[in-house]
Amino acid sequence: METAINQTFKTKATKLLGVNKEDAKISKTYLFVSFVILLVGGFLGLAQGLNRAGLLELPSWLNYYQVLTMHGVFMLLAFTTFFTFGYLYAGLSHELGGLLPKVRKFVWTAFASKIIGAVLVVIPILMNEASVMYTFYPPLKAHPMFYIGLVFFAVGMWLCNVGAFIQVANWRKNNKGKHVPIFSYFATGINVLMFFALIPVAIEVLYLIPWSLGWVKTVNVMVSRTLFWAFGHTLVNIWYLTATSAWYVIAPKLIGGRRWSDTLTRVVIIALVIMNITGGFHHQIIDPGISLPVKMMHVFMSLAIGFPSLMTAWAMFAVFEKTARKQGGKGLIGWYKKMPWGDVRFLALFISMASFAPAGAGGIAQTTNQLDTVVHNTMWIVGHFHLTLGVTVALAFFGISYWLVPYISGRVLTPQINKLGVIQTWIWTIGMIFMSGAMHTVGLFGSPRRTSFTTYGDHATALGWNPYMMAMAVGGTLLIIGVILQVYAVINMMFFAPRGETEFPIAEAEENASPTPYWTERWGLWIVVMLLVVAMAYVVPLTEFIVNAPPGSPGFKTW
Amino acid sequence: MKMHLDEKIWLALSFGIMMIFMLITGYQAVAEGMAPPSNIQTIDSQKVDQTAPFDKPGIKQIGDHEYEVVMTLQVFSFNPGNIEVPAGSTVHFILTSKDVVHGFEIAETNANAMVTPGYISRVTQKFDKPGSYLVLCNEYCGAGHQMMSTTITVK
Repeated sequence: METAINQTFKTKATKLLGVNKEDAKISKTYLFVSFVILLVGGFLGLAQGLNRAGLLELPSWLNYYQVLTMHGVFMLLAFTTFFTFGYLYAGLSHELGGLLPKVRKFVWTAFASKIIGAVLVVIPILMNEASVMYTFYPPLKAHPMFYIGLVFFAVGMWLCNVGAFIQVANWRKNNKGKHVPIFSYFATGINVLMFFALIPVAIEVLYLIPWSLGWVKTVNVMVSRTLFWAFGHTLVNIWYLTATSAWYVIAPKLIGGRRWSDTLTRVVIIALVIMNITGGFHHQIIDPGISLPVKMMHVFMSLAIGFPSLMTAWAMFAVFEKTARKQGGKGLIGWYKKMPWGDVRFLALFISMASFAPAGAGGIAQTTNQLDTVVHNTMWIVGHFHLTLGVTVALAFFGISYWLVPYISGRVLTPQINKLGVIQTWIWTIGMIFMSGAMHTVGLFGSPRRTSFTTYGDHATALGWNPYMMAMAVGGTLLIIGVILQVYAVINMMFFAPRGETEFPIAEAEENASPTPYWTERWGLWIVVMLLVVAMAYVVPLTEFIVNAPPGSPGFKTW
Repeated sequence: MKMHLDEKIWLALSFGIMMIFMLITGYQAVAEGMAPPSNIQTIDSQKVDQTAPFDKPGIKQIGDHEYEVVMTLQVFSFNPGNIEVPAGSTVHFILTSKDVVHGFEIAETNANAMVTPGYISRVTQKFDKPGSYLVLCNEYCGAGHQMMSTTITVK
């Protein structure tokens, strides 16, 4: 009886209070910044696409490589980071009964740190003092301000991680023996992975600062590359894991179903956290200075990451089919008619998921060393990450925005905006099919990435690539329309849509679920396992690079 | 945790596919010589011009239809450039960078290697078909990166 009253009271309280005002402000600010960055980053992407196709000559004060560096930093680092934390903190607040005041301070400090960092990074790029790409491989030497900005940005990310840890730890203290609710469990995994992935790149950047200031003469190139990729590839997988959280937790609710096995979900998260950091090394498959056995071990370690994603693929389609059949869906594939295709929140998530089938398969293909040799540093790679990040991650984030933004703004998703969203999703998908498809194909023929318009002295091979560049430009043009529609929808839902209550759609566990074993909560253990795997992967090559290092490289400004 | 039979089959297949990938990749790399370029040899990147063999970059015939090319990469060129070899030649490239990280790619072949300062990369490529092959830098190296190319003419 008492519990029943308690529960009614709780539901009523939630209904009455809705979203916590102060927490909503956090998420709103993060998401607003995120979509403004998307808008700017989108136009930078368009400029690149048109230049590469030979349709647009960029001015000397904003050349192709500046634009490319900014597009990469904006989209890979900033858009994603701000969105992820806006989303995760909204979920943590919703699921764990509001953020602690201490945690809010962490998140706001983090926000300031990230904004300062972003400004410090952008200024030298605009001054053409840091055209070093998102990867900033030494011995390309950027202005010290660029690296200092990166430190501020990383500190901001760390503060957000720690804030989430405090929030979850506090809940666990007050709910001894209970499982952390599923959304917060995802948030924990994402934050753990990010916290540790940032360490190698932070070490790199910290020793690049004195080098760029001229206090240290030379730098170890291979150590820098290795530390970068331990972070660089993990980062994109962190955004993937964020998208995955919406597939597992949100999508079933949107179609009126329940989640897939709670245990399997948590096992997938643990597996992705443990295995991910070692995946970065496959970016160095054709680097010199690394022995074949080490490379083969890394190829295997990278391939292993494919397994949890295949588990996910199963779980998702099983949920769809189960739910659709319950609603009267029939036939081997006829059940798909029961899915809410006109609901942008579902449609965007579904395409996000479906696109990971070719994206993941391409990833597995290019991880094997023979195929990597064919496509390494070609446009294929650019096609690959526009499929993974540009579709799988971006569309998941867009899909989330159609309920998250109204939720934190105390507004509702109107049928008009829903319709706009459906159109946006299709424009985006078609644009990406054009662009990514052309990139993959021309990459197989050898067209290099990160290269402004060129015909290599009208060489026949290079001239043969031009039609694909046109297809890329067409795709890019569709995508900018998509960006504008998306940003318009977000601004509308944030400030102008009718007021009302929007639900944070977290699906419930499946019926008659067997209890989830408690070992899934042992993060201490999983972190130790992760560190062991990382050590197995990196101790040997890093020691080799340091002990048998060639004389270091002085810095170069070649742009 | 209960699992459906079809889920077990799916997971077994997934696991099997990964294993087959690993086995084939490993087998081809070790037994069929399809390993990625993994040479381990260091050099002082600031003294490339004074260090053999890079003090004399060029092409040298070392056997019947077999050539050795000692090549330096620097912003924004390959030295030597515009090489010529007869059809059917196997060419061993010995590469290093004098400044930043470069890429060495022969378009329409599988020759592809990173050339990082301080290390010597080795790539071998057999040229059967006559024609003009485009060699390009596929790692961003600066303002003139898009101009960094040369050709290999196979007669």
